Amino acid sequence: MNKEPILQVRDVTKAFGGILALNRVSFDLYEGDILGIIGPNGSGKTTLVNSITGFIKLTSGKVMFRGKDITGRPAHKIADMGITRTFQIMRPYYSMLAYKNLVIPLFSPRAKRTGGWRGGGKLGDRDTVSIDILEEIGFERDSYVPYKLASTLPTGYLKRLELARCLALKPEMILCDEVFSGLSMSEIASMIPLIERLQMSGITLIMIEHRLRELFKVANRVMVLNFGEKLIEGLPEEVIADARVKEAYFGSEEAKEVMDHA
Amino acid sequence: MEQRRKERIDRGVKVRSDSIYALMSWRELSYLTVPRLLLIIGMLILPLVVTSMYWQRVISIVCIYALLALSFDFLAHYTGLVSLGGAFFIGVGGYLTAIFNTTFGLPPLVSIPLATVFGAIICTVLLLPCLPLRGVYFAIVTLMYPLVFARIIEAMDILGGTDGIMGIDSFSNRWIEQYLVIIVVLLLLFGLRRLVNLDLGLIFRAVKDNDQAVRASGMSITNYKALAVLIASGMGCLGGACIVHIYMWTGLSLFALDFSILPIAATVIGGAGTLVGPVLGCLILVPISELLREFGTLRIVFYSIILVGFIVFRSEGIMVYGQRKYHQFERWIKV
Repeated sequence: MNKEPILQVRDVTKAFGGILALNRVSFDLYEGDILGIIGPNGSGKTTLVNSITGFIKLTSGKVMFRGKDITGRPAHKIADMGITRTFQIMRPYYSMLAYKNLVIPLFSPRAKRTGGWRGGGKLGDRDTVSIDILEEIGFERDSYVPYKLASTLPTGYLKRLELARCLALKPEMILCDEVFSGLSMSEIASMIPLIERLQMSGITLIMIEHRLRELFKVANRVMVLNFGEKLIEGLPEEVIADARVKEAYFGSEEAKEVMDHA
Repeated sequence: MEQRRKERIDRGVKVRSDSIYALMSWRELSYLTVPRLLLIIGMLILPLVVTSMYWQRVISIVCIYALLALSFDFLAHYTGLVSLGGAFFIGVGGYLTAIFNTTFGLPPLVSIPLATVFGAIICTVLLLPCLPLRGVYFAIVTLMYPLVFARIIEAMDILGGTDGIMGIDSFSNRWIEQYLVIIVVLLLLFGLRRLVNLDLGLIFRAVKDNDQAVRASGMSITNYKALAVLIASGMGCLGGACIVHIYMWTGLSLFALDFSILPIAATVIGGAGTLVGPVLGCLILVPISELLREFGTLRIVFYSIILVGFIVFRSEGIMVYGQRKYHQFERWIKV
């Protein structure tokens, strides 16, 4: 593959006091790929997402997006470039109706420029566009769900709402922080085609997951973090087979079971 | 054992008058317009009904406080910035209009808008460093601003020092004086209500609800907080400019804490987050405070009792309570 990576992460280090949450993590991400990031709790996965999207300042290292250095830029500027993220703990606007939640990203400069998801550069009525996006993401248009208060929605819909907020910006990249966690098996089963559809529409994804079976189904490449360090990166099959990963992440007995299913 | 439960149901006419269909009958139209007209007409005829000079002055003061309470309610409940800087806004607006009027000789109807615009800009720029603060921390810092400015003016003996600036023009007649503030309050009240329902108002609410998600949506929260502070401080400065021309004097008392505290009390009594509530709260609280003057120092005691009574028995506020009673009826049903 000789095309330029869309995202280059170089020696990213983040220290919280004396603790190294991330220690010289580097990787490349090519356009249209899905990179899965796994690792035990506290291994620095969310910190990595935070540092790429500008929510925390890096101690050292560099993040390049399409060859441009975006290290240290404010979060809203990075989102404006098309690198969007979801939050592990969902952050909807609880006091608003579900579809009004999307009016806010549609108000952003990027959405005005691009016309929002599937928009051809011109943004129509924001309420209509947001209902369209919600339908795309799996809210039934003619049901009452898009018109309910966000605080009354179940987890499955809130996770989708997180993704919808990213889509409203017509993103080039989405960093998903555990979109499958807390969902039932059937809900995950209905999310997977959605993720695949996003990939087909040309969006590059980074997915942080604990649900390995589902992740290995969709991801092109998988990276393993352990105590803030990159353990291995490669094709899903290679990662599964790696002995260090089994030891660091899966534990011995349980690992066999997971492996067998995956 | 038979159990009973209270049930609240929206009135049919409320459901019918929620959208464009409200235009279909007089009943639905009046359901929407009568409460609004009641407030507008009530405010407009106040100066005609009240004959004593003293109480006419009180009406103007009510309007000044109403402006402050509106700006407090907008900042606190639509943007999430609890500001105790009401006195700061009043002071900046008041001193600016005094300078424009005495130094440059501009008439009140020119100096007031100028003081509003420049005052809003000055207040916003000075508050910019505090915008990342939230909740009670923002409140404490904004409370400090009027105190600091009063001390600076006192210590450096600038802008008239402790004597203040005298010889400021008053309005050309009392009708202008009265109706200017009343109309300004009504315009800003309905303007703000419109604003918070626009998409822009939604962004303000989003900043209050969840600022991290707003950043993730590609918008700078500092910009929107600054815009909200600009609007709110502009309203405060407008009030300050009016009060200076009403009293024909400006001084350190413009930075008095009354201007910061009373609007909050009015918001609590009137109903937080309704925008109309704070105006009603001022219409109740300010005259009460004037009536209680006869009791001398005991005034504060009675005043506190009234406040505590409201907080204990009607903590939601008059307006929230009133809206509920207006829109819904209650009945007991068997469970």
